[in-house]
Amino acid sequence: MKAILRLKEVSVSYTPGKNAVDKVTTDIYPNTITAIMGPSGCGKSTLLRAINRMHDLYANVQTTGEIILKGRNVLEMDPMEVRRMAGMVFQQPNPFPTMSIYDNVLAGYTLNGIRLGKNEKEEIVEQSLQSVALWDEVKDVMTKRGSFLSGGQQQRLCIARTLALKPEVLLMDEPTSALDPISTNKIEELLLQLKQQFTIIIVTHNMSQAARISDNAMFMYLGELVEHGNTTQMFTKPRNKRTEEYLTGVFG
Amino acid sequence: MNQSSSIEQRKRKDKTIRHLVGFFSLFAMIPLFFILWDVISKGYKNFNLRLFTEVTPSSMDALLAISNGDPIPGGILNGMTGTILIVGLAILFSVPLGLFIGIYLADNQGKRFAGLVSYLTDLLQGMPSIVIGIIAYAWVVKPLGSYSALAGSVALTIMMLPMIVRSTEETLKMLPLSYKEAGLALGSSYTNVVFRILIPSGFGGIFTGILLAISRVMGETAPLMLTALGASVVHWKMMEPASAIPLLIWDFYNDPNLVDLIWSSSLLLLIVIFLLNWIAKIVARKWKV
Ligand SMILES: Nc1ncnc2c1ncn2[C@@H]1O[C@H](COP(=O)(O)OP(=O)(O)O)[C@@H](O)[C@H]1O
Ligand SMILES: [Mg+2]
Repeated sequence: MKAILRLKEVSVSYTPGKNAVDKVTTDIYPNTITAIMGPSGCGKSTLLRAINRMHDLYANVQTTGEIILKGRNVLEMDPMEVRRMAGMVFQQPNPFPTMSIYDNVLAGYTLNGIRLGKNEKEEIVEQSLQSVALWDEVKDVMTKRGSFLSGGQQQRLCIARTLALKPEVLLMDEPTSALDPISTNKIEELLLQLKQQFTIIIVTHNMSQAARISDNAMFMYLGELVEHGNTTQMFTKPRNKRTEEYLTGVFG
Repeated sequence: MNQSSSIEQRKRKDKTIRHLVGFFSLFAMIPLFFILWDVISKGYKNFNLRLFTEVTPSSMDALLAISNGDPIPGGILNGMTGTILIVGLAILFSVPLGLFIGIYLADNQGKRFAGLVSYLTDLLQGMPSIVIGIIAYAWVVKPLGSYSALAGSVALTIMMLPMIVRSTEETLKMLPLSYKEAGLALGSSYTNVVFRILIPSGFGGIFTGILLAISRVMGETAPLMLTALGASVVHWKMMEPASAIPLLIWDFYNDPNLVDLIWSSSLLLLIVIFLLNWIAKIVARKWKV
């Protein structure tokens, strides 16, 4: 199978000479869920945010290496185009507070100045909300603000907002860590559905979550990618001593 | 001394202090109460339709009316239209400018140039209004060769600017960073994130700041004396001298025959300013994100 996303020697530094992510090389395959694990501060978010060029927002951050998304180097593309191809979901649910649920789903289009016909809009909204299992819950309150929903619903709305743009990959940074177990469960089920259409990379603190949903897992430590492989294999027979120590709870 | 009596003592001291604080805050309200009483009791007599529909009478006409025991013939329409014209222009100039500077400051914290701009904003906020009037005189009245509503609005713009800058900056700083990041992560341009997400989300705070800035400059007199000068007719021409309600109050003060109009004009000014503050409060509460 051909990788959809290839990282080659990707390094990111916030201060010159000190790499928060150090020479990470790996391949991500289409229609898989990859979990990025590792102790807090090991560079998981930093790596994830390199993929959709979020580091461009801050002048001091340097990214080197190659990030090849569908054959093109992300670091040489227009960041706005990259971000439409690689959607991101954040830790805190953050629907735009002044927009209705309907407008939140379409926010990617309005913000990019893409005009849609009414039918097209309704189709995208329904489809996106269906794919996050939110349609039935909100179809009668479409004009209410997004902040009117519960935390778990808000997070699913944010996923729908990202999916509406039909990205190639979905980058998720601890998307359930602010949610209760029931909402978490719902989102995990959702991700297993969504991988049929998308490629998902999820940063998670929660090892059992990684075990439940991911096909592949990456274990990072002090900015380096220590181990990457099949999740079941990594959980049962870790190749690296650090990985084993982390998975058995020696540190983390 | 045993434990319980010392607690008793502390409680008593607490109570005394609380009463004292209450007493002094009541004390501080007394001047406000007298101002309101004075303005309302003296102002209501001439607070009639005429005030809104007629221009300022001449001193002679007023004298005649007074000696006949009639109410003063005329109002402050020229002052009201002048205030609307001058303040309106000032809003037109200061709001976009203040928004841009506020956005810049909120987005560039810690940068040296932003620090300088922020410092200058503080300086401007503390600048005496008469000095700002003189500056507007030198910048606008002198080069154009005439007093004008435009010159007055430049002075008021300079006064409103720091308030709008600060309220925009503070409001935007309080919004979670993730709104901005979520917008950009959808592939949006920075401009669209600012105008379609950040400013609407901070609308309550920003709008409140603008209203308070307006209410602050509505009563300004000194800078307008040096710039707008005054006018006895109603007009909407920004290149000509114009009147304003506070300018008229000053004129009335200097003319014994028109002195009665001071109070009704002050009452009007107070009502408008209270209204603006009240709306600002409601907006701030309703639009909390
Ligand atoms: N904006 C930043 N400026 C400077 N250093 C940062 C910044 N964000 C993260 N770091 C540092 O980079 C390292 C990796 O952080 P991060 O990627 O957030 O870790 P993780 O997501 O694995 O918890 C940490 O040492 C952290 O202190
Ligand atoms: Mg993180």
